[in-house]
Amino acid sequence: MTDMLTPVLTANWGTDRSWTLEAYEAQGGYAALPKALKMKQDDVITAVKDSGLRGRGGAGFPTGMKWSFIPQDNPNPKYLVVNADESEPGTCKDIPLMMASPHTLVEGVIISSYAIRANHAFIYVRGEVLHVVRRLQRAVQEAYAAGHLGKNIHGSGYDLDLVIHAGAGAYICGEETALLDSLEGRRGQPRLRPPFPAVAGLYASPTVINNVESIASVPSIIDKGADWFASMGTEKSKGYVIYSLSGHVKTPGQYEAPLGITLRELIDLGGGMRAGHELKFWTPGGSSTPLLTAEQLDMPLDYEAVGAAGSMLGTRALQIFDETTCVVRAVLRWTEFYKHESCGKCTPCREGTWWLVQVLTRLEKGQGSEEDLDVLLDQCENILGRSFCALGDGATSPISSSIQHFRDEYLAHLTHGGCPFDPAASTAFAQEGALA
Amino acid sequence: MTTTPEKTDVVTLTIDGIQVSVPKDTLVIRAAEQVGVQIPRFCDHPLLAPVGACRQCLVEIPDAGNGRGMPKPQASCTIPVAEGMVVNTQVTSPVADKAQQGQMEFLLINHPLDCPVCDKGGECPLQNQAMSNGRGESRFSATGGVKRTFPKPINISAQILLDRERCIVCQRCTRFASEIAGDPFIALVERGAQQQIGIADNAPFLSYFSGNTIQICPVGALTSADYRFRSRPFDLVSTPSIAEHDACGSAIRVDHRRGKVMRRLAGNDPEVNEEWITDKDRFGFHYARQADRLTHPLVRDTTSGELRPASWPEAFAVAARGLAAARTSGGVGVLTGGRLIAEDAYAYSKFARVVLGTNDIDFRARPHSAEEAAFLASEVVLRMPVTYADLEKASVVVLAGLEPEDEAGSIFLRLRKAVAAGTRVVAVAPYSSRGLRKLKGRLVATSAGDEREALAALAADADAALDAGAVILVGERLAAVPGALTAAVDLARTTGARLAWVPRRAGDRGAVETGCLPNLLPGGRPVADPTARVDAAAAWGVTSLPEQPGRDGDGIVAALNAGELTGLVVGGVALDDLPDPEAARQALAAAEFVVSLELRENEVTRAADVVFPVAPVSDKAGLFVTWEGRPRTFDAVFSNPGSLPDLRILSGIAEESGVPLGFRTVEEARRQMNEVGPWDGARAPAAAAPKIKQRRLARNKFWLATWKQMLDNGAMLDGDTALSATARPAVARVPHATYDVLAGATHVTLAGDRGEVTLPVEAADLPDDTVWVPANNDGNGVLADLASPGSAVTVKAVKA
Repeated sequence: MTDMLTPVLTANWGTDRSWTLEAYEAQGGYAALPKALKMKQDDVITAVKDSGLRGRGGAGFPTGMKWSFIPQDNPNPKYLVVNADESEPGTCKDIPLMMASPHTLVEGVIISSYAIRANHAFIYVRGEVLHVVRRLQRAVQEAYAAGHLGKNIHGSGYDLDLVIHAGAGAYICGEETALLDSLEGRRGQPRLRPPFPAVAGLYASPTVINNVESIASVPSIIDKGADWFASMGTEKSKGYVIYSLSGHVKTPGQYEAPLGITLRELIDLGGGMRAGHELKFWTPGGSSTPLLTAEQLDMPLDYEAVGAAGSMLGTRALQIFDETTCVVRAVLRWTEFYKHESCGKCTPCREGTWWLVQVLTRLEKGQGSEEDLDVLLDQCENILGRSFCALGDGATSPISSSIQHFRDEYLAHLTHGGCPFDPAASTAFAQEGALA
Repeated sequence: MTTTPEKTDVVTLTIDGIQVSVPKDTLVIRAAEQVGVQIPRFCDHPLLAPVGACRQCLVEIPDAGNGRGMPKPQASCTIPVAEGMVVNTQVTSPVADKAQQGQMEFLLINHPLDCPVCDKGGECPLQNQAMSNGRGESRFSATGGVKRTFPKPINISAQILLDRERCIVCQRCTRFASEIAGDPFIALVERGAQQQIGIADNAPFLSYFSGNTIQICPVGALTSADYRFRSRPFDLVSTPSIAEHDACGSAIRVDHRRGKVMRRLAGNDPEVNEEWITDKDRFGFHYARQADRLTHPLVRDTTSGELRPASWPEAFAVAARGLAAARTSGGVGVLTGGRLIAEDAYAYSKFARVVLGTNDIDFRARPHSAEEAAFLASEVVLRMPVTYADLEKASVVVLAGLEPEDEAGSIFLRLRKAVAAGTRVVAVAPYSSRGLRKLKGRLVATSAGDEREALAALAADADAALDAGAVILVGERLAAVPGALTAAVDLARTTGARLAWVPRRAGDRGAVETGCLPNLLPGGRPVADPTARVDAAAAWGVTSLPEQPGRDGDGIVAALNAGELTGLVVGGVALDDLPDPEAARQALAAAEFVVSLELRENEVTRAADVVFPVAPVSDKAGLFVTWEGRPRTFDAVFSNPGSLPDLRILSGIAEESGVPLGFRTVEEARRQMNEVGPWDGARAPAAAAPKIKQRRLARNKFWLATWKQMLDNGAMLDGDTALSATARPAVARVPHATYDVLAGATHVTLAGDRGEVTLPVEAADLPDDTVWVPANNDGNGVLADLASPGSAVTVKAVKA
């Protein structure tokens, strides 16, 4: 069973004080760095391209190709920015990674920056996770002391400064251009594209923005080879990823496995569903990805298959809900999140989320009518693909997918005059027998 | 219509099935206008950078020009056209139409239904486009929706109020403030539906251009304290006009109701002010209806010695008689000020020559010089060397004796645009003003009075790198510095740069063209040129014109005080604007006979023997000439038979004197001006280089630098309470070294040969020997209360 797991990023999480340089190096950390520094920069990019590594932040854009978009003849400095503003409901892979093994990320940053010829890199960390910020800061300090960062790294002639920047608590700053604005000290709102960050990103200079997990995967590719990496996963979705299993499973947590594993396998790895309960619906990659049902239990979890099922692999944040969960209630909570996090820049997201919450609230209370469902869907249609960035799109996913799968449950609220579910039944403390 | 396109790259695309060719980089939303399709929009504004925030202008693009379609509807305000692109707007695409209707519905859910009391109601893009591209019934209220509300309204400056719940956060105002005016005092704050426009604590939206945000606001979120709740747009009559507050010639629209101006808006003139005007042009119109407005002629009663109301015929007769007597007993001088329409200025010019028989006429109600008069005659009159468009194309613009943000707002905004496109600005000025910093300009720090040397040095300044693409703008203040205008002419000559003179007042340039100068007749005819005099005399049907070049303003004042002149005709001059207000006051008292043509009662009218009320610009047609030399005609806003232009009064006196001027109306005067026409003979020779007296600064003294800020104590801002509250406060600026010596004193007392003023003090990057104060934001102004610019003053710390 556990042979399905391929711990690479998570391999050292269990060691004592795994976040220290000492522990990381004892596990073979920073072995890839000297190898990379001896390679030509373009060869590093080629290796990442050959590995088939695709962006782990959700969109799955090929990482090596993104790096090769950096115009090296641009006289401006190049920047690497790591998007560590992990804030999506359900998504919880980057923060544990940075907590347990910040040096994996730091080593990845150094190699990636070297490849794109950046002498300045930034890790933009979600502001709320102060403990992670401290671990990262300490790791950077250690890396400087060990000569992994700074001037003339290990005699290679390559200089790199790495800055840990804490955000101020805004989901929108996970959108890459809003992140750049925020990093520049402005109000975090998405920028008009073009120009794309590869051409005019941070401080109007060529910039690569990658997810934590993408960058953290780079040392293993350099160390063990692109072929090794590409040997895992499926045809177009190569390598290993972290699956974050949460919700109504026995053992929630991080499961690192090749792309293409199925949810049934993952739930088995997680010890199965809560005793006596069965899967009702789940999200493949956080709340912005349309939710799925037990019908997709055996669907391979890679970019293509999940896309074909009408959802998105996203961040592989598998939130598992059993039959005790009211889908209307869950969707309302998510929608409240999007309303709270809408940056306000564009009309559909700003006003739409305001309205969606009101309609859903009424429905959850059993007020309104069946026509409200059509209004809801119509609102979603007017937001999806009409908003400035993907935040608005994401806000519609749970609503439209839940109505698609669970229209009857919405209607049941209306006939029942309120929510037919016992809200306590879905809680973590509602163990069998614990209830009176 | 088939016109050969200019040598720009043209892109052909198909919009709603209609092929159209537009210049490269045109945005789809504007290309659609070419085929007659108006895509609804809010955040889009042709003069602001695209932002794509409101999403109202979504269209379908089934082919982006590369054979591939765009999967989602696109904001047409952010997409440049491409060859072969296919665009389907709401006209042909149900998807685009639904997308737009959807956005409109979203915009309205949190928008209050207070159109019946909203200033914008009736001229509101949201209201209009909700009708054209929205649904009639609200699904939001049908589903029990609750609108977001805010306490209303909040002041973002003394003038501008913000009703946040009306705001659709299109960011037009914030983008205007940062992109156009360079005053980013307003910004978005909060997020989601709570997102709103805000200001920082204690940093209100103090911009000379703030009123433009009200006009471009697509909803009624921004209003002015001046106009809020005063009228409804559909009750207003609109008349296009030209702003009278500076020499920029900005197009404005005057909205009035029942004979009263309710508000003024920017006109749209791409050649001149684009779509922007200063707050002074927008809000400064209450001066014409102050309580001290003159309504009927006054003559001084021979027995009581008091002014008493008189009939027009009596006043004409008394004035004609008095002036004739004064002409005989010594002569009459004419001071016209700089605010006249050109036709009025022409009337004064002709009146002086043919009725009073003198060239003693000067429009320059400010420090001036003979060098300047010669400069105007040889370099300025009849010429149009630089236009607004030229500023945008200039490689470098040198500003000397000119602070455009304060003195010529439209030039300032055009320079901001030019600078964004790569033009450099170099300022010969005492310190880096806010305006200069916003132009990213380079300061050539110049002590007050050293402009001549600074300009001369620019010729060899490699950083300034003046060439044929350069423009030198000299302000009227340079007249007060001997040799400075000559140095500017030399600089233009040696570098090939073009030179333009920028006066402050709307009528200044027109007065030059019509000969309100001691050395110029109308149409640029030099007084000293006999053929020019004969030409003018022939045009006017008189046998000869006075030969002697006249006295300038200073000369007229001195001659009155010396008894050489005994009469004076004054049209629109405030004594405290004159180079030596005290001497002018004495001259007024010394004059035996004074005729005053004025809008409102003032010192001059109180001392005059005959007072004629004149029409404000709203009551007459007219012509202003911009600093460029561009004529700007406008029609009367009101037809007010009791309110006569200066020229009608002068013609009345002339007729009474037996020397009719040949016109009684603005139209007749303009026709005569055109008949007289411009002088095609030799121009006046260049000014002889004036003798330069070496200046020496006594110990512990400073040269005084000053200029008039846009919003000051001028009479044309009387009654504009909210506007005046946004004026920059009066502060004295001293060099950093001096400031350090003040040891924390908050105020300083400056003492000059005319008095003392005490002001709050600030440090600035002034040369060590120069201090700066605003010319007219305190007391009676610098000229009356302190000293003349370029003279020496002392600075003393004031203990708090």
